[in-house]
Formats: sequence, structure tokens, C-alpha cells
Amino acid sequence: MNDEIKKPSLKFKIVDIIYIIMMVLPLVCGMVLDILTTPASSGVNIAGARIYYEIDLGGSRFFNIIISEAQVNSVLVMITIFFVFLYLTHGLKERIELKRQHLAEIIVQKVDGLVGENMGSDFSAFGPFIIAIMALSAFSSLTSLLGLYPPTSDMNVVAGWAILVFMIITYYKLKCGPLYYLNGFTKPVFILAPINFISEFATPVSMAFRHYGNVMSGGVISVLLSTFLAWLSGLVLGWAGDYISAIPIFQVGLPAIFSIYFDIFSGCLQAFIFAMLTMLNISGAFDAEEYERRKKKKLEKKKLKNINGGN
Amino acid sequence: MELAIGIILGCCALGAGIAMIAGIGPGIGEGQAVAKACEAIGRQPESKGAVTTTMIMGCAIAETTGLYALVIAILLIFVAPQQFVNVLTSAMGK
Repeated sequence: MNDEIKKPSLKFKIVDIIYIIMMVLPLVCGMVLDILTTPASSGVNIAGARIYYEIDLGGSRFFNIIISEAQVNSVLVMITIFFVFLYLTHGLKERIELKRQHLAEIIVQKVDGLVGENMGSDFSAFGPFIIAIMALSAFSSLTSLLGLYPPTSDMNVVAGWAILVFMIITYYKLKCGPLYYLNGFTKPVFILAPINFISEFATPVSMAFRHYGNVMSGGVISVLLSTFLAWLSGLVLGWAGDYISAIPIFQVGLPAIFSIYFDIFSGCLQAFIFAMLTMLNISGAFDAEEYERRKKKKLEKKKLKNINGGN
Repeated sequence: MELAIGIILGCCALGAGIAMIAGIGPGIGEGQAVAKACEAIGRQPESKGAVTTTMIMGCAIAETTGLYALVIAILLIFVAPQQFVNVLTSAMGK
């Protein structure tokens, strides 16, 4: 067997190194920005995302364009994900030479399997969208491990995703025609129309609140826990003078155990749940039978027209 | 004035605490869901994957009401007092 593995060329290696640098660089930039802009303060600080820059358009503050920490971090995360996937798919070959190609293939297979299982064959093109949402959500939540402000604990970011999903849902509901869409509100009884209308808008709201509430409550609990531990160590070491009692020794270790649940497990679980709900809602919105029926009807009409026109 | 601000802060904190009573509901519901999922896996161990996925989805949906309460509690603690005090001071200033 001629199974020798070719050494990658120099150009290939340089491109690889550029990808790896571009993966890490945005996160390092975010950390530096975070350190530079954090105001020196002590005690519990549970606030929303800090605002880096505000463009005043005149009028009410509501209409100002605000560049906040959450937006900047989510853009940085997007750049990182972009280069992670470029790195994984760099040097794809039919006969696998690189280990990373196995990983890339596993990801694609798993996502395609998940989409095929939950959405059916009509939506097999949805794989890239689902993995994009899943990766963005998971990486955004995991940035809290680096000490960055996780973008998913800002309502605005998650609400943006939820609105995007809502637009796709509405698009698939409108596929069978606007009249059929409006008629869907009066089912099963006409009186239930207002409630159906409300529940239509409850989907994006509940998706956004679920993701935001889970990630943010984890962050709040972590801050409260570490503050409590600092207070406790100050209490225990109070006899040793000002300088020693300011060292929060109890903060070593215990917050890390909670972080495994709140940051890693909860973040990844919420990403999975968000993607699952996206899949189920989109595939539930599309009435395949009605669409087929309409398509057939249209084709028959066209045929009749053609025959009539031909004659 | 101080008394009014004190009442506002106290009522906001009380309201946040009362709002979190809603946590009981999701707790019971998720417990039921997990118990039934354990039973199902015990009866049919080969369907573990499907049961676990469905259970996690169900738990996530059952959790929503609790999270609504959480969001309201957090708004009451971190956002509402400031707003109410602003309203009060602007009303007193007139």
C-alpha cells in the first residue's frame, strides 16, 4: 500500500497559521477592550452591557444608534466562528489527509441528520442555517469563560435572532397564499382568532426570553456567589489586618464548579434548544399537503391555458 | 421624600420576591417530566436517545413561565426603582 502522507506545503502552513491567528485575535481584542473600558469599581456590579459609543441623532434617546458591548462582542464572535470553519474546511480532499476534515465531516453529518430527522425532506437545505445559529449561540455563551460579556445575556441580541426566525416562520406560512394564512387564525373556532393572533407573536418573545433569561440568570448567580465568597473570606480573615483580609481566598475553586453548569452546560444546552425550537417552528409552519395541492392546481390551470391557447 | 423612596425600593424588592413564587410551577412540571422520562427509559432502554431529546425540549418549554417571572423580578430589582424614583422626583419638582 502506498500510504505515505504528503507533507503539507509551506503556503498551506502559512494560510493555516493566518487562520489560527484570526481565530484568536478577535477574542484577544475583545478582552483588551474589556480591560481598557472597565471602570475601576468594587462591589457587586450587575448592569446591562456597557455602551461604547452613542450616535446622537437628535430627538429622544430611544432613537439613538447605540454601539454596546454586546454588539461588539457578537461581531467578534462571528469573525472567530468564520475563521474556525475556514480552518476546519481548509485542504478538503476526497481521500482524507488531515484530521480536521474528520471533524468537519462529523459536524456536517450530525447537523444534516438532525435537520432531516426534525424537519423532514422539504427542509434539507436548512442545515447551514441551523448550524450557524447553534454555533453563534454556543460560542456567544461560552465567551463568558474568557471574562467577556456574553452577547446572549443581552436581550437585544437574542431578540434579533428570534425576529429572524419569526420572519422565516411567517414566510413559510405565507407560502400557501395570504388568504390561507389569514384563515389559519380562525381555526379551530372563529372566536379564538385574537388568542391565535397573540400566540403568533408569543413565539419569538418566548424564544428570546428563554435564551436570555437562562444565560443572564447564570451570570447573575455567578456574580452573587463570588461576592458572597469574597465577603466570607473577608469575615474569616478579618483578624489578619487590612491587606490580607482583602484577599478573597474562598473564591478559589468553588465558582469554577458552578461555572461548569452555568457557563458550559447551560450555554450549550440553550444553543441546542434554540436550534431545536427553530427547526420545529419552521417545519410546523409549512403546510406541505396544502402546498402540493395548490401547486397541482396551478399546473393544471397552466396546462388548460396552454391547450386553449394552442387551439 | 425619603419615606416615599424607601417605600418604592421596599415594594420593588417585595414584588421581585413574590414574582419568583412562579418558580414552583416549572419545578413541579419539570420534575414530573423527568420522572416520566426515567420510567419510559426503564421500560424501553433502547429508546433512550429519543426520550432524552424530547424531555429536554419539554423541560425547556415548561421552564418558560419561570423565566418570565425571573425577567420580571430582575426588571423590578435593577430597572424599576430608578424609573419610579425619576417619576417621583419629576412629579415633586413641579
